[in-house]
Amino acid sequence: MLELGSTVVRPDSPQSKGPVHPLYVRVTHWINAVAIIVMIGSGWEIYNASPLFPFVFPKAITLGGWLAGALLWHFAAMWLLVANGFVYVALGVATGRFRRMLLPVPPLAFVRDLRAALSGQLTYDDLSVYNAVQKALYLGVILAGALIVASGLAIWKPVQLRELTALFGGYDVARFVHFFAMAAIAIFFAIHVVMAVVVPKSLRAMIRGR
Amino acid sequence: MSYLRTSVQRVDAALLGKDAAKLLPEPSRRNFLRAGASIGALALLTGCDIIDGPSAENALRIVSRFNDRVQAMLFNPNRLAPTYPETAITRPFPFNAYYREENAPDIDQDDYKLLIDGLVDDKEPWTLDRLYALPQETQITRLVCVEGWSAIGKWTGTPLREFLRRIGADTRAKYVHFTCAEGYSSSIDMATALHPQTQLTFKYDGEILPPKYGFPMRVRIPTKLGFKNPKHVIGLVVLNNYTGGYWEDQGYNWFSGL
Repeated sequence: MLELGSTVVRPDSPQSKGPVHPLYVRVTHWINAVAIIVMIGSGWEIYNASPLFPFVFPKAITLGGWLAGALLWHFAAMWLLVANGFVYVALGVATGRFRRMLLPVPPLAFVRDLRAALSGQLTYDDLSVYNAVQKALYLGVILAGALIVASGLAIWKPVQLRELTALFGGYDVARFVHFFAMAAIAIFFAIHVVMAVVVPKSLRAMIRGR
Repeated sequence: MSYLRTSVQRVDAALLGKDAAKLLPEPSRRNFLRAGASIGALALLTGCDIIDGPSAENALRIVSRFNDRVQAMLFNPNRLAPTYPETAITRPFPFNAYYREENAPDIDQDDYKLLIDGLVDDKEPWTLDRLYALPQETQITRLVCVEGWSAIGKWTGTPLREFLRRIGADTRAKYVHFTCAEGYSSSIDMATALHPQTQLTFKYDGEILPPKYGFPMRVRIPTKLGFKNPKHVIGLVVLNNYTGGYWEDQGYNWFSGL
């Protein structure tokens, strides 16, 4: 099977000697990491200006200093997040990597792997093959990413994109959707960082490719 | 009133040097220079003081001006903000300003005049009686605050485009600038000024505007964030120079379109 022209031969397959993560995955991954941290940090400061729940985020973990500063960060990093996310998804679909690495997620395998993961019995010998829990989490966070961008657009442009805002159930509901999509991504982020520490070679693979 | 006078002087100077103005750096370009230095500083220094500090904000203002242009392109002059039934009105409608409610300016309606300046044919000031005699419309629309909350209210007044037509404004000009009795100011793009729902508002919920909602006149723009809906408006200037505004000068995005 050929991909990205004809020079690279199945770099993601377990049999090949190619990198676990092709260069575009590693580059977009780390750009995305920066964009996500800026978006969430500034988003928390924006949230604090008009909290949806009876709590605010501690100033020490927000970005921007005050509402206007946070908005400047948020509406600058959004370009990075969306442009980078677009490149990642476009190449993931075009190269077949998404289909190969993330699909399918058989429900029984998911239950089995989740049990194994929670009891610390999952092994990560072959980094180029994701277990069902990994697949579900990666697919889930990509969907949460799409949702957070769509709900963000609905909040940003409730007049120009009024149909989109209506699709979310109106401006106020879209704010909650935006918040919960952030929460999902933040939870993923926490698990993701813990796993990178538990399985250090996975972190190495995301830097060096193998 | 002094705020209006300040801006009027600025406008006259701008008009005198209308052609020369093109040679002068735009505020965005001046910001760019300042921000360029800030990015250098950002590269040399690390830590939250810099990330949260004013120098980083200046750097980010370049992107904010870029976002102004993107939003101006996204703005569809014929796209109407959603309207709502009476039952959807938020009661009580929240008061919000940079001062406390009891400090809202107390304006004498007999002394009130709306001053007009800039690229218009008729600069005669408008008394309240004359403003009240203009044809009026009512809208029930959502006000979206930059803080994130929103509220639905009912506003009655004259479409700004109708008013601009009556004073013979040059609608090819870029901006309309508003000054307020308490020192507030804001400016908007001409496309938004001509939007059918942009309104010189005299009434809230069927009653003359109370001081807390901007007596005697506010500008209601359902296609922009709440802070671009100035209250207690005493001056209107049509011009080609970017003038920013009270919050805009402190870092809020200027276009702030919805």
